[in-house]
Amino acid sequence: MTRTGNSVSRFHRGAAARRRHPLARYAVLLLALALIGGVYAVIAPGGDRAEANSAVSTKAADDVAAGKKLFEASCASCHGLNGEGTPQAPTLVGVGAAAVDFQMSTGRMPAANPGAQMPRKNVPAWVNADTIRQVSAYVDSLGGGPAVPSRDMVDPAKGNQARGGELFRANCIQCHNWVGAGGALTRGKYAPNLNEATPEQIYEAMVTGPQAMPVFNDTTITPEQKRDMIAYIVGVREQTDPGGFGLGRIGPVTEGLAAWLVGIVLLVLAAMWITAKRKQHD
Amino acid sequence: MTDNTNDINEPGEERVPKRILGTPPSEGGYLVHGEQIDESREAPGIYVQDPDKARRTEKYIALSFLITFLAGIGFIVSYVVFQVGDLDSTAVSNATLGGTLALALLGLAVGITLWVRGIMPKYEITEKRKVLAPSPEQRSELNQIIIDGAQQSGLGRFKLVRRTLLLAAAPLGLLPIVLLRDLGPMPKTALRHTVWKKGLRLVVEGTGQPIRAADFNSPGGILSVVPHGYEHDMNALAKATLILIKLRPEEIQPPTKVENWTVNGIVAYSKICTHVGCPAALYEQTTHHILCPCHQSTFDATRGAEVVFGPAARPLPQLPIGVDNEGYLIALSDFEVPVGPSFWERGDAEKKVREGEKA
Amino acid sequence: MSQPTVKPELPKAADGPLKFIEERIPTGDFLKRNLRKVFPDHWSFLLGEIALYSFIILLLTGTFLTLWFKPSMEHVVYDGSYEPLKGVMMSAAYESSLHISFEVRGGLLMRQMHHWAALLFVASMMIHMLRVFFTGAYRKPRELNWLIGLGLLTLALFEGLTGYSLPDDLLSGAGLRITQGVIVSLPLVGTYIQFFLFGGEYPGEDIISRFFTIHILLIPGILLGLVTAHLILMWVQKHTQMPGKGRTEKNVVGAPFYPAFMAKGGAFFLFTFGVIALLGAFFQINPIWAFGPYTPADISAGSQPDWYMGFLEGSLRIMVPWEINIASDYTLPLSVLIPALVPLGLIFTGLGVYPFVERWITGDNREHHLCDRPRNAPVRTSIGMAGVTFYGLLWLLGANDEIAANFHISLNATTYFGRVMIFLGPVLAYIITYRICIGLQRRDADVIGHGVETGVIKRLPNGEFIEVHAPASEPMAEHIKGKKEIQRFPDTTADEGGVPAPGMRGLMGKMRVKLNHAYTADDVPLEEHHDGHGEQHGEVLAGEPQKGITRH
Repeated sequence: MTRTGNSVSRFHRGAAARRRHPLARYAVLLLALALIGGVYAVIAPGGDRAEANSAVSTKAADDVAAGKKLFEASCASCHGLNGEGTPQAPTLVGVGAAAVDFQMSTGRMPAANPGAQMPRKNVPAWVNADTIRQVSAYVDSLGGGPAVPSRDMVDPAKGNQARGGELFRANCIQCHNWVGAGGALTRGKYAPNLNEATPEQIYEAMVTGPQAMPVFNDTTITPEQKRDMIAYIVGVREQTDPGGFGLGRIGPVTEGLAAWLVGIVLLVLAAMWITAKRKQHD
Repeated sequence: MTDNTNDINEPGEERVPKRILGTPPSEGGYLVHGEQIDESREAPGIYVQDPDKARRTEKYIALSFLITFLAGIGFIVSYVVFQVGDLDSTAVSNATLGGTLALALLGLAVGITLWVRGIMPKYEITEKRKVLAPSPEQRSELNQIIIDGAQQSGLGRFKLVRRTLLLAAAPLGLLPIVLLRDLGPMPKTALRHTVWKKGLRLVVEGTGQPIRAADFNSPGGILSVVPHGYEHDMNALAKATLILIKLRPEEIQPPTKVENWTVNGIVAYSKICTHVGCPAALYEQTTHHILCPCHQSTFDATRGAEVVFGPAARPLPQLPIGVDNEGYLIALSDFEVPVGPSFWERGDAEKKVREGEKA
Repeated sequence: MSQPTVKPELPKAADGPLKFIEERIPTGDFLKRNLRKVFPDHWSFLLGEIALYSFIILLLTGTFLTLWFKPSMEHVVYDGSYEPLKGVMMSAAYESSLHISFEVRGGLLMRQMHHWAALLFVASMMIHMLRVFFTGAYRKPRELNWLIGLGLLTLALFEGLTGYSLPDDLLSGAGLRITQGVIVSLPLVGTYIQFFLFGGEYPGEDIISRFFTIHILLIPGILLGLVTAHLILMWVQKHTQMPGKGRTEKNVVGAPFYPAFMAKGGAFFLFTFGVIALLGAFFQINPIWAFGPYTPADISAGSQPDWYMGFLEGSLRIMVPWEINIASDYTLPLSVLIPALVPLGLIFTGLGVYPFVERWITGDNREHHLCDRPRNAPVRTSIGMAGVTFYGLLWLLGANDEIAANFHISLNATTYFGRVMIFLGPVLAYIITYRICIGLQRRDADVIGHGVETGVIKRLPNGEFIEVHAPASEPMAEHIKGKKEIQRFPDTTADEGGVPAPGMRGLMGKMRVKLNHAYTADDVPLEEHHDGHGEQHGEVLAGEPQKGITRH
């Protein structure tokens, strides 16, 4: 998802390329245009993910037991048999259910292989709303932490977009960009695109601070304020681009590329057509 | 461009005709309309369009112009029909207005190009160049005129005129610069201070709430913080905005570990990058690095925000903070050193602070 | 040649006004001459026109925008139609930009077209300039027009910078902040310039209205004057042309202004306008509503300048943290000064002095109206490519955060790459370009000396197989033969007792000779016949000097 807008970058300087054969010139230009189209198709936001969590079960004790089994099978190798942490992975004591729900529902955990950062990916077959709830319950039992938010707490319709926008600009966009398109961090880390995150996941990320992300706890940014921010994020990412193709909404980089690859290329083509030598007929 | 080039063609160039279609004979008028095809065919070097082809091209040209006409009408209709006011309607209005405008302009452009290429005869003419440099005679004539004029003016002989004239011009030239003086005040020491002072509360940017130290208790937490009462004062914010970071007390190392400057692992750094002043606000809680998104200067929050990467040459200044008797975070003083980008008069303020402490 | 049987008359509708003008303005034969002015027909000669037409479109769309834009930093509370900003404090400038976007029909289109036209304005100026540089079209007598063009480009950058800042959104504010940071870093005068420009501390309340005046009055006025001068000089000096059949230093071959080129120019204006309208209609640019209002406290990831300022952004990013304190009292922020001023200075000073330095080195005081093919001036072409590489790398590195984020490369790795490549890249580009140019020159010499390979294999009586070469076609040969000799100074040190010519004495003179020799070192003359194996079947070649098939 984050590799959308800039796949064109490698053609950054391509517009200046000069070829000798006229057909080659056209071919390069057409290729560039096709690329832009392709990139746009990838940029277009995908469908909503299936909601990963459901209502909390009443059979909490059963969940803890079932969760422990799942944990031992799939998590303990890195996080330790009792979630105490190992050199490869942090302790899970005190991270709370929200952290587990976030990590598992976004596919980041269980991790495929350690790297600078765990990417969002498709969840494995055994991970579903029930198993996530069970593992969450087990981890929560190791030492309490932030809980999974209720549907109401993250309902974008109940938030105030304008107030949320101010908080979003103050606290989030420095990493995630104006519209949540993501951005780079140091040494290979990055702030992911927010297009696929569910309201619950956005909330959970704020309260738990997954990976490099800092924590925004409920006592300084209240749950209502978080809901306002979610309303803004969801509202803005779903809004129409009134000016046409959004170009990945990452700002002047793709705009500059479009100016060269569409604007200058089309005009050079027009100039070639206007001045083309007609074949002399004999 | 003094040469009349209409009929001048290189005699040796067989492909360039002696006279060209559309070129007026010396006594003639300009061709505006009329079937010239038959006779002009005889002129060598001119490629006259095949009349049948030209007729066919005419249809395409007419089609292009017709498209322009329709698109022009479409523009007006779109303007009247599609209102603006929200994103979706603006999107429709923008696309239809822009689309019809583009279609109208491009239709005309294509039509005219077809017209030039398909109907107008194609040929090259040759224009002679003149050497641009003047001949020696012209030069000496001009020189003489200049010398004569200078002598007539008498400036060489009447020294007083010359000198007082120069004297008179000097202040006149300065006037515009003098007039610009009131563009702004003198800098004085404005860049050395911010609005922070002892007792001023830290409030959350965007909500204006004061922050209780006990509430900001999750390690890895960060907040963008502004001075109470200055939430919308741009000049104050440009220097006084902070990032407030909650660390585990044991993570804090010198020089951040200064007595009374932190509260339970909460540290406050200037958010204004010391490179060119962007808000340096990306915080990675795993590495404790603060990154500026503009030019990627990286600071270590546990070590006095010292520079670990990028073009910034100085650490982010730290604000001494404490709590008031209600438990809210307050500033203990202003920054000890100027915040933000370096400037000529800044000097090594950090060194002076160190020396001041020793003394 | 036969005369037309019926001489067509100018219709009354045209004749009347023409007569009216001719009798009042003594045009003499001005119109007659200029309506038939010759314009060479090559697409690369239209690149500058894109800039001219973009400028006209900028004036048109910009005037539209001023009808609603409020250049004021007064605080207002937004109550417009864009929901996510309702009730937010912002400047009147930003509010009026939102108003233009959402509540004025066609306002968003004009805003977007204005911005796209600005990007194309600078882009087309640059490719036009590259065309002029690589073909040597800036040489005598066109140095002045080259300098005017350079002035236009400089002003266009400032025009872009001031325009970028006007909407007062969060992105434009970031650019303004960086501008302030650079200004304040200037030694001695920096703080004063900042306080005078901003009317006090940053950001103050004046900068938008001041930039507005600069953006809509001062710079466009100067631009208009310089564009006029640029065109008049071009008109007076006439176009250059590529070498070819019938083209000499003494003539210019092409289509007449009226009617063909007039129509072509008109069509190209409409193409430019149409493409900009197309971009404005279907490609969103600078969505200020998404950025939010400016506050110096906030910044977004991926804050970037428009593309033409990207090279400055890149140089600021790859700089190392150098700062010098002079006696603890004064600061020289080299980590700002060097990246902000050195690349800019190198590129613009280099472009400005290049024609004069080249003339000094080559001692070439002739008028040049026939362009060089880039290969025939390998040193110039290589310097140009080194410059393009330098600029291109800085530009690329100005987007290194987006590259890192989207291709999952370490941000720090891109910086390290930049710090090395900014020195290595131009050198490599120079060497590679130089070798390619010399190779192409050799091929040209081959084509003229031996003809073009036909792909036909022939067996000679002595059993040897050869490929038949045909002489180059006339247009091709004429094109190649347009190559001009570059004067090589005599070697002063080797001449015993010889007195060096004036201008080649002393240290500067010796350097000049050395540079001249470097400039002309690898020139491949066209008449070259390096017939290593040609001698072996000399008898076959004999008697067939030019006609028919030359064998090799």
